[in-house]
Amino acid sequence: MLKTESIILNLGPQHPSTHGVFRVKVKLDGEAVLDLEPVMGYLHRGIEKLSEERTYVQIVPFTDRLDYICSMTNNQAYALAVEKLAGIEVPERAEYIRVIMAEFTRIINHMLAVGFLWNELGAYFTPLLYCYRERERILDLFEKTCGSRLTCNYIRPGGVSVDLPKGFIPQAKTLTAHLRTFADELDNMLTENEIFISRAVDVGILPAEVAVNSSITGPMLRASGVPYDIRKVDNYSIYDRFEFDVPTCEHGDIWDRYYQHILEIYQSVRILEQALDTIPDGEVMNKRAGRALRRPPVGEAYGRIEAPKGELAFYAVSDGSNNPYRLRIRPPSMINLTALKEMCAGQKIQDLIVILGSINIVLGEVDR
Amino acid sequence: MTNAEILAKLKEKYPNAVVDVPELIDFTVAIEPSALAEVAAFLRDECGLDYMADVTAVDRPERFEVVYHLYSIKDKTSEPFVLKVYLEDKENPTVASVTPLWKGADFQEREVYDLMGINFEGHPYLKRILLWEGFPGHPLRKDFENRTFTYEELKPTRPTEPDLM
Repeated sequence: MLKTESIILNLGPQHPSTHGVFRVKVKLDGEAVLDLEPVMGYLHRGIEKLSEERTYVQIVPFTDRLDYICSMTNNQAYALAVEKLAGIEVPERAEYIRVIMAEFTRIINHMLAVGFLWNELGAYFTPLLYCYRERERILDLFEKTCGSRLTCNYIRPGGVSVDLPKGFIPQAKTLTAHLRTFADELDNMLTENEIFISRAVDVGILPAEVAVNSSITGPMLRASGVPYDIRKVDNYSIYDRFEFDVPTCEHGDIWDRYYQHILEIYQSVRILEQALDTIPDGEVMNKRAGRALRRPPVGEAYGRIEAPKGELAFYAVSDGSNNPYRLRIRPPSMINLTALKEMCAGQKIQDLIVILGSINIVLGEVDR
Repeated sequence: MTNAEILAKLKEKYPNAVVDVPELIDFTVAIEPSALAEVAAFLRDECGLDYMADVTAVDRPERFEVVYHLYSIKDKTSEPFVLKVYLEDKENPTVASVTPLWKGADFQEREVYDLMGINFEGHPYLKRILLWEGFPGHPLRKDFENRTFTYEELKPTRPTEPDLM
């Protein structure tokens, strides 16, 4: 008598499509996914525990190593939480620089998200290398500003570490104009591709109510049709001074999550154009910040930003000493993984890889 | 609905649940641990707090505090509603799980269980998430001994929880 048996397959921890050391335990019936369990923690470095023994300024380099693609926004989220805790004002020019750096970082992240998604689909490295080429130009600007390309350690509590170098603004303006053309190019090259459409449309659907209930944030939430962007909702930093839209898609499938990233690149370019035109002169660091951080008042503060991957927040608890009593990092890509099981139910094993790619996780942040 | 209105509504519905409203930067309400499941359902369904942003815990000298940061995506609130639960029993801290209400709390509660050692009753799959089975102790507790462990001490054990699949 014939009978079928479900098998359990381990995807990872060493697997080319998991972008790091991440394991998915899948229960399969032939090619169909019956059940799965994400297994993480291979890159756990205990940053929250280490932070309890460091001063507030010494923690900034740790935040670079969370989501190592977007170190600028990690710095910014941490700075925001600590400034809220210690009541530190940020000079206006520093706020503009933060916005400029954050939006460049968002463009890097969104380009790589698109590139790696196409890698997962089998378009090996061609779209990704186009994205990498443009990313290099942005990283050159970062290097020129703070001396470092990936682990920037640039945005500090109280402002930014150094002022912009000579010639930054004209170079950034040229690059911004170029990035708009590049986004068009990416859109023309990939969006309507027939193979892509047949692989991505109606695969891995995430309905809006499930997304909200699973605490999904960022482009993934907006691709499901929920117009929620913390830049608009909280108006942190100086985002209320710029004109930009919150684009959304409707269905929440892989294609929508891809296209959401393209749409958001255009919005970031819009913000960059306005910020580069209106940036004022002045100080870039609050001189009182160092003193205020030596002994911040007893209390706790929750500071969150719209990081490229979703809501990145730091919850800092101070007991009045010079290191935090507790520092909690709310990682967007770990919490976005909650919905993986729901999205993969009933899909094929090859779609699981693409769905995982469309979530756009970075393991440094998932495991901390 | 503003946070103050939510608190007034909460006090009206559950007069005995609120134990403390500490003066902090964010609007914070501490409630009775036994009332958590009911209050959380009330906040989600009646007060529009549909988004569980963050679940974490703090180890104070005299108690554990489990901290929930709630927002409303529907109303687009920009101030968090911070819900706290004080667990006085430091030996065996236990609180009801909110995962049945917000699926987004799933991994976060597992993380708190893993690193802080707080049991969430009613969680569908409470198992260590970042560290491995057999790791000695819970590192984010203040009494965790910060020293070099030997290989034998860190050896993984067979999982005690039944497998999910």
